Amino acid sequence: MSLDLEMEEIVKVFFEESFEGLDAMESGLLTLDAQADRETINTIFRAAHSIKGGAGTFGFLEISQFTHSVETLLDEMRNGMRAVTPDAVQVLLQSVDVIREMTQSAQAKQPIVTVGADALSGELARILAQKSGAAAAPAAGAAETAADATTVAAPAQLPAAPATSAAPVKSGPVVPIIVAPGSIEGWRITFTPEPTLFQTCNDPLRIFHELTSLGQLEVTAHVGALPPLDAFDATLCYLSWTLVLRGAVEHARIIEVFDWVEAVSKIVYEPLYVEAAGAAVSKPGAALPAAVPPRKSAAPEAAAGAAVPATAAKAAGDAGSIRVATEKVDALINLVGELVITQSMLGRFAEKYEPADLEALRRGLIQLSRNTRELQESVMQIRMLPIGFSFNRFPRLVHDLSRKLGKKVELKLTGENTELDKTVLEKIGDPLVHLVRNALDHGMEMPETRLAAGKSETGTLELNAFHEGGSIIIEVKDDGAGLNKARILAKARERGLVQEDETLTDEQIYNLIFVAGFSTADKVSDVSGRGVGMDVVRRNINDLGGHVQIFSTEGLGSTIRIRLPLTLAILEGQVLRVGKEIYVASLVSIIETVQPTREHLSSIAGRSELFKHRDSYLPIIRLHDLFDIEPDSRDIAKGLLVVVEADGRRASILVDELLAQQQVVIKSLETNFKQVPGLAGATIHGDGTVALILDVPGLITNFLERQSGRVELAA
Amino acid sequence: MSAVEGQMGVNASAAGAGLSAADSIKEQYLSFILGSEEYGVDIQKVQEIKGWDTVTRVPYSPPYVLGVINLRGSIVPVIDLRIRFGLEQIPHDATTVIIVVHVPGERGERIVGMVVDAVSDVYDIAAENIRPPPDALGSVDKVFVRGLACQDKKMLILLDVDGLVIASVNSATKAAA
Repeated sequence: MSLDLEMEEIVKVFFEESFEGLDAMESGLLTLDAQADRETINTIFRAAHSIKGGAGTFGFLEISQFTHSVETLLDEMRNGMRAVTPDAVQVLLQSVDVIREMTQSAQAKQPIVTVGADALSGELARILAQKSGAAAAPAAGAAETAADATTVAAPAQLPAAPATSAAPVKSGPVVPIIVAPGSIEGWRITFTPEPTLFQTCNDPLRIFHELTSLGQLEVTAHVGALPPLDAFDATLCYLSWTLVLRGAVEHARIIEVFDWVEAVSKIVYEPLYVEAAGAAVSKPGAALPAAVPPRKSAAPEAAAGAAVPATAAKAAGDAGSIRVATEKVDALINLVGELVITQSMLGRFAEKYEPADLEALRRGLIQLSRNTRELQESVMQIRMLPIGFSFNRFPRLVHDLSRKLGKKVELKLTGENTELDKTVLEKIGDPLVHLVRNALDHGMEMPETRLAAGKSETGTLELNAFHEGGSIIIEVKDDGAGLNKARILAKARERGLVQEDETLTDEQIYNLIFVAGFSTADKVSDVSGRGVGMDVVRRNINDLGGHVQIFSTEGLGSTIRIRLPLTLAILEGQVLRVGKEIYVASLVSIIETVQPTREHLSSIAGRSELFKHRDSYLPIIRLHDLFDIEPDSRDIAKGLLVVVEADGRRASILVDELLAQQQVVIKSLETNFKQVPGLAGATIHGDGTVALILDVPGLITNFLERQSGRVELAA
Repeated sequence: MSAVEGQMGVNASAAGAGLSAADSIKEQYLSFILGSEEYGVDIQKVQEIKGWDTVTRVPYSPPYVLGVINLRGSIVPVIDLRIRFGLEQIPHDATTVIIVVHVPGERGERIVGMVVDAVSDVYDIAAENIRPPPDALGSVDKVFVRGLACQDKKMLILLDVDGLVIASVNSATKAAA
């Protein structure tokens, strides 16, 4: 049991490292695009090599086999046997995607779909073939030339080819390979031990280990004979194995390895004549036909489709672990040490307390509060990750997208080391992708347009992250065409979002693009233009407690600025009292608090009440009515109005009293209870009681909607 | 320990077959008092029993959801079973008891507190000694009753905690929506 758990831990580390490795490969490959240097290729190769090794160890054969072919190509590049062509880099980049998909499926404990891998294997084989001097068979023609052993296409992987019929073990020259047939041998060993294997002090793992020293080993365990758990005898061996050993190994050497277990096992050796390294390259899964689902369509779309559920499942099954820098842990240990010292110092007073000790006690408590604060900060630090984790997907995205759109774009990243909470980091990724795609598709002009406008042919897209106050700011900045105010306004009028005679500020016009279904794009491309997106972007950012601002100059570009709280776990709160109840509002959403005078109050049709705040009229939200509380007074002039803002909309909330401003730890109401309208969560006071946190954006939206609903009813 | 054995003896005689009693599957129930009736809940569902605590009211909740409490850093809703079952309300004081149970939720387990008058005893009850609830069962909605059991000449109403708690919390949502 504990062994299983341990194994689970190890596999988890493998996944984490693999994803890191894949990221490293991707960023390496993207720099290769510009110039190929040996060190970068080495880095990519090493990453591929570790993934292959790990995948093999944990039995993800589809991954290890496919990665092996990628590795072969990289190895040739590394050795200078092959030039780094953009074509090859593109295929390698796609391979990284495929490996990532397969790894994600494996992580989600789902069957690994190999369609994508199969399709790409053909491509890889084609590239590898170009090197070996043989005529590079065009992909489509490969089926016809398949029988020719000297050509090097891999028919099994091509869309047109039927499911690899034979998946041959002794295939002869049916599957064309890179290396001349017969030059390298391998062995397929069926190893079926007697159940008493362990009692003879034999350990199959030792044997397998021994075999790996002879060549590349693939192990498949057959678990069919496992009895139900209650009938399970731990001293018996219920497993049998199929081993595929690749390499020019003499039969005698293998027999030697199995010497000790021969008496208690059934062992069948089959030589693999042409299943050489090259074959493995072109045909992942060939050695284990049963494990590989039949390949029919190898269209990349199919692979992409298949990847979607896997990713979703991964998100659901992700236990969520964090890799923490050792120094952060050390800092924590130091702080805990200090805390222990403070505690023992304070503990003294419990035994014997003299009034003269008061000063010492007070000092101790000050120290304790300092320790607590530092400890809190350090613990929060653990959840903090550099935003680079989110940024690092963009070089690839911009590379692919600009190529597709035929635009020239240079991406500049700054502030990648700015740290923010892991949860925020994970949730900001998708909105950022939307913004970057939008900037490239709508913002950036075609090279010729840019030249005509007197700009440089290559556009610049900047992603900046930095801290400002208690927030983190992320900017997506392009030097493209900028937002076309006239067009947005025209479109909005057309859709009835804005009245003909209404005049809007620039900010209000820009905010129109956040309306669901709003798009000014003349045609819908597969990149963007459907009008979904910006509303989702804003909603996601609001959910994180942040907000979005747009700055734009026509002809010069746009900047989208996102302000996010550093963490979701702690909130700078303003404690409010209404009657006997205590609520907390996020300080960020509060603009100011005023004591209203009667001349600033008015009401429309005796229903909705308004408060004149500077030059505008704000609706008054009576919290006591909304939450059914008995207030100190129902007279607005005797209460306080807290002016709040969210999503660019303002309102004022009527409360009885303002209490302290303090940091509060946000607790979920949903975990054990339910989401409640108007509430964002709960927190715990110093005295141990619970206070509820107001959801200011939700309150404003609900209130305004209800107001407008009422007006419509009345009309 | 001896008390438990005594209970088992009672069960065995109640089953009317002393020898086969060991074979019958017994479940432990925690019983509590509500008004004049005694109720039982599957002890596996009970996380802890705690004294009265300050409850923070949550807006838009039905009357039987008293609010939320802080249970060692978790926010836990509290349901008053007297109100839930339509019994006369009595003020909460130091003797009021909260039975904290865990039930399956949409995302893992949910922890919910139930306010009762007092906790009574722990009984071992064999499955065959549980009778289906009659159609008319006073104030308690039949769907929340798993069955009735006779114990020490008293009738024990065995509650379906999952159903009761989930329905209470979910109807709380409906009231809010």
